[in-house]
Amino acid sequence: MTCKEFLALLDDLIDGTVTAETRAELQAHLGRCGHCEVIFNTTRKTIEIYRSHEIYDMPPGLHDRLHAAIMNRCRKC
Amino acid sequence: MSTIQLSAGEFEPHPDVALVERVRGGDLLAFDTLVRKYERQIFRISQHITQNREDAEDVMQDAFLKAYEKLEQFQGNSKFYTWLVRIAVNESLMRLRKRRTGKMVSIDEDIETEEGSVPRDLADWAPDPEQNYGQAELAEILRKTIQGLPQGFRIVFVLRDVEGLSTEETAETLGLSIPAVKSRLLRARLQLRERLSRYFRRKKGLKETGVEK
Repeated sequence: MTCKEFLALLDDLIDGTVTAETRAELQAHLGRCGHCEVIFNTTRKTIEIYRSHEIYDMPPGLHDRLHAAIMNRCRKC
Repeated sequence: MSTIQLSAGEFEPHPDVALVERVRGGDLLAFDTLVRKYERQIFRISQHITQNREDAEDVMQDAFLKAYEKLEQFQGNSKFYTWLVRIAVNESLMRLRKRRTGKMVSIDEDIETEEGSVPRDLADWAPDPEQNYGQAELAEILRKTIQGLPQGFRIVFVLRDVEGLSTEETAETLGLSIPAVKSRLLRARLQLRERLSRYFRRKKGLKETGVEK
């Protein structure tokens, strides 16, 4: 397997949507290629970091404003 | 009157199905439960697309109001959450259009870039690289980095990787084909990885950098 072929299947490996056979081939490539190993690990880490850190907090008071808007709209229903 | 369909083989209906039925019966408290469940996600998605706090606040409000008003149109073929996200994405794009005085805005913007499709930065990252930054500093790095992605990549990454929609749901929400979602997701992930490498790469030892003594 070449690095290009590995890269084409990188997402499937990360998302766990590869067959056992393909996974074995990808793992074998990772064992031989330090560059692809770095790309695989750091891409996985990228996703994990964005998943675990809330970078936009909902402003305080927004829920109450929305609630009031819904109540107001509902009165007109 | 529309009814909620359950797909074949689905034994446990999604908990939202009962809530939606209650709202249809006039139970406003059930709608508030749905709001509380999804308001943070809808706010985040709107902020990621509009990149403007005020717009995101308005979009969140408009999206929920629209969902409430149009609930009869919700067929239940998709999840309530996916339907709501689709409304929020459309509202966000409309808001962007307004800001750009009617200029066409689409999720296909700026995606012709080749950046990141071939990884260049091959340096390994420090173990737990986020530990090297304070909470606020890290959030700023993550915001700045994702804001730099082309719109069409950013939306796909946010829906798929941050908010946890499936590839199929992301495709349906954005009106894209599944291969298009997959291709954008890969490029989004690689571009973000490349950009974050600038901050998270393993620092070289003093000797290697030549600053010793």
